Amino acid sequence: MTANIGNSAGVVINDLNLSFGETHVLKGVNLSIEAGEFFAFLGPSGSGKSTLLRAIAGFGPQPTGRILIDGEDIADQPPWKRNVGMVFQSYALWPHMTVHRNVAFGLEERGVPAPEIKRRVDAALDMVGLIDLAERRPSQLSGGQQQRIALARTVVVEPKVLLLDEPLSNLDANLRVQMRREIRDLQKELRLTTIFVTHDQEEANTTSDRMAVLDEGVIQQVGAPVELYDKPSNLFVANFLGTANVLQGTMSIGKDRKCTFQSENGVAINLGAQPQNEGAVVFRPQNVRISKAGTNCKAGNVQFQGTVGHMEFHGNIVRYGVDVSGHLILIDETHQRGSTLFDIGTSVDLQVKQGQIMVVPGH
Amino acid sequence: MKASTLTAFSSVERGPAIAGLMIAFFLLLFLIVPVGQVIFVAFQDPNTGAFTLINFADFFGNSLFVESFFNSFYVASMSVIVASIIAMPLAYFTTRFNFSGALLIQTLGIIPLIMPPFVGAVAMQLLFGSNGSINLLLEEHLGFTIPFMEGLNGVILVESVHYFPFILINLSAALNNIDRAMEESAQNLGAHGTRLFRRIVFPLAMPGYVAGAALVFIKVFDDLGTPLLLNINNMLAPQAYLRISSIGIADPMGYVISVILVGFSLLSLWISLLALKDKDYATVQKGGGGLMRRDLRTWEKVGCYGVVILILLLVLSPHIGLTLLSFGTVWSFAVIPDGFTFDHYTTVFDTASQYITNTLLYAGIAALLDVVLATSIAYIVWRTKLVGRKWLDYGATAALAVPGVVLGIGYLRTYHSFDVPIINEPLASWWVIIVIAMTIRRLPYALRACVAAIQQVSVMLEEAAENLGATKGRTVWRIVVPLMSGGILAGFVTSFATASVELSATIMLVAKDSDAPLAFGIYEFMQSTSGRGPGAALGIIAVLFVGIGTYFSHVIIERSKKLRESNSIVAEGGTT
Repeated sequence: MTANIGNSAGVVINDLNLSFGETHVLKGVNLSIEAGEFFAFLGPSGSGKSTLLRAIAGFGPQPTGRILIDGEDIADQPPWKRNVGMVFQSYALWPHMTVHRNVAFGLEERGVPAPEIKRRVDAALDMVGLIDLAERRPSQLSGGQQQRIALARTVVVEPKVLLLDEPLSNLDANLRVQMRREIRDLQKELRLTTIFVTHDQEEANTTSDRMAVLDEGVIQQVGAPVELYDKPSNLFVANFLGTANVLQGTMSIGKDRKCTFQSENGVAINLGAQPQNEGAVVFRPQNVRISKAGTNCKAGNVQFQGTVGHMEFHGNIVRYGVDVSGHLILIDETHQRGSTLFDIGTSVDLQVKQGQIMVVPGH
Repeated sequence: MKASTLTAFSSVERGPAIAGLMIAFFLLLFLIVPVGQVIFVAFQDPNTGAFTLINFADFFGNSLFVESFFNSFYVASMSVIVASIIAMPLAYFTTRFNFSGALLIQTLGIIPLIMPPFVGAVAMQLLFGSNGSINLLLEEHLGFTIPFMEGLNGVILVESVHYFPFILINLSAALNNIDRAMEESAQNLGAHGTRLFRRIVFPLAMPGYVAGAALVFIKVFDDLGTPLLLNINNMLAPQAYLRISSIGIADPMGYVISVILVGFSLLSLWISLLALKDKDYATVQKGGGGLMRRDLRTWEKVGCYGVVILILLLVLSPHIGLTLLSFGTVWSFAVIPDGFTFDHYTTVFDTASQYITNTLLYAGIAALLDVVLATSIAYIVWRTKLVGRKWLDYGATAALAVPGVVLGIGYLRTYHSFDVPIINEPLASWWVIIVIAMTIRRLPYALRACVAAIQQVSVMLEEAAENLGATKGRTVWRIVVPLMSGGILAGFVTSFATASVELSATIMLVAKDSDAPLAFGIYEFMQSTSGRGPGAALGIIAVLFVGIGTYFSHVIIERSKKLRESNSIVAEGGTT
């Protein structure tokens, strides 16, 4: 089922349930992560993503269900037997030890001979580019340096799986972009199965091979970032991954077997062929074209008439909020130098290609 | 010179500058000069006045002094060990387990501190002495006795029971400040059990423990009242007191001992600073919050409660003993007193009420002076740019390193021949000097409370007042002081409560019985067997003073904490 690449291993989670006292936090989680994959747990705070990660490491309340690493069920093993490396959100570098001793710790616990510890610690520090800081204390390092040391301390023991708990949340914006590339490069180099917890969809999109979106302790959807963005399986995923225009309403099949969607406020949308499931109509702001009222509708497009309600200039784009029969439709238009903007109150036509309209289950 | 310095300050800083100079002058007169005098005399030839080390040679050539030195050192060290044995399991239970007795343990950490050790000493003698209740019971039922209170053992037991909360509080705080991720990351890398404890938990908690232990060491090393009341004279502080009170202030030995006491105080403070330096291990971050806790199994719970109750009984024993003594008729060679009576309280109110009124007056004035000085120092240090302002803080805090005996000796030496105008009495024997001694000794406590309070006041709130037309002075009066009021009040109560049981400096400065405060009265009564009952009654009154004071200061601090939380937007916006 999951092949072993190098040292790293696949992770399979079967029907995992976990409660904090009366609160049921993880509800029947099933997941399969391939060896060598970079996998993200994405969700809002309180969705259970960190709890799931900690359960894999063996922290928190004992869950029911199975956690298989490399085919072996580790759910009943204590944290120190699992050999899954975890980088903590706060880095958790021990302040009473130097950088070198921090990184050597796991190897010492494993009874590795001293000369080999020295060699491997040096190699790990060299890998993160901080060999010169080996004798410093963690308090003398910047946030980014602490992050690298925490990473070196974890990968030096060659864990089967690397767990990263919101590793970028304590860094400033520029450093965050740089560090996520470094982490991704390191992961590729080591071909290490990596699970990354984040609430930031951009972080998950840019780093991961695949991701799981969690909400209220339930996995909503698993897949590659593009797949989740383009084919959300429910409204939560559609809304969580970027901005979405959502129209609730009813569908009807005409005599020509064409499907028409009627929104709550009476806006009719021709969906063409009958969609696979019932649900709400969803389309992204960047897929809507805005033009002066009276524009001809191109073939294969859906057109609405409306009035500009608000306008925000973001620099790269201009975001319009257009009132269409009481629905607020958002439009992102790429900004070109010298282009004229539509004033508030202007009557406009909106066009969306039929192919960009998704029908997503859920209310 | 003062005038020329003053013109250098801008007009807005003139007020604080004058206040600062006055405080500096006060500290100079009543802390630096007297202590300097003590040190000076210790190195002075009594006959020629030249610099000499002969006094120290005499000290170490005298077998009684050498014995006293080693006894003090032994008692202080053993007290640290015994206090650690009491404190460690308690700290461990509260931080490691979901232990329902945690509140009990917190209470345990406060109860001993509300009774000065010398007050409980006699009661402990009656419970644990060779003819005390416990040994009588042991002898009767098991046929042996334990020398709990024999010689130095008694001092060690009384001091340990009194001071272990310093270790408990510091150690628990250190353990609670360890981020759970520190422990989890070690487990994640393969460590567990005792190795985890030894390599991660213990080193991270060490600074807190050392700070608490150093404090216990120095408090015991300097304590005068407990050995005096237990009739143990071959220790340093009692020797200093006895030399000065029996031979006179010209005898150099009292000064040599004082220098040694100050030296050890500084050494302990230095060790505790060293332990904490660059080791701000308060590592709690989002999601952290103390070590991993687990539920206790039934037999573990029984064990925990057993240990806690045993310690509770030990800790409460001075209180129980003192209460029995204050209501008992005759208590000698018996497990409990022969009968019970209110007579001792009547005696106290009939014949010794001046001790109580004196204490209310002295401690009241001292606490008031303390908060005025402390608020001024806090403002000058945190809100002005005056040159040398930090030295006011250092100067006031330095009083921590000066044992009461040393301050008392310093006052006697410096002011015995300085007659106060109008009353024509030497300053050293005027009751006001007792108030000043209390003020100087409790100033560090009040100062910490006021500094904490001013740090919570956002500078923006002051700027807003100035923006609306208030002068610096008006801003301080209408904005800063009201916002600091919780801290100031807590400082007042703490200073009052602890000053009201001050013994080691006042015992040297009381010139006549009618000027004596409560602590001195207790000491006087406890000297005779017939006086023990009324002495105990006075002791209970002292405990009530301190207990009620401590309770109110706790309530005030909690209330201002809540107030701050509700005003947290302002606090987040601009605390300095």
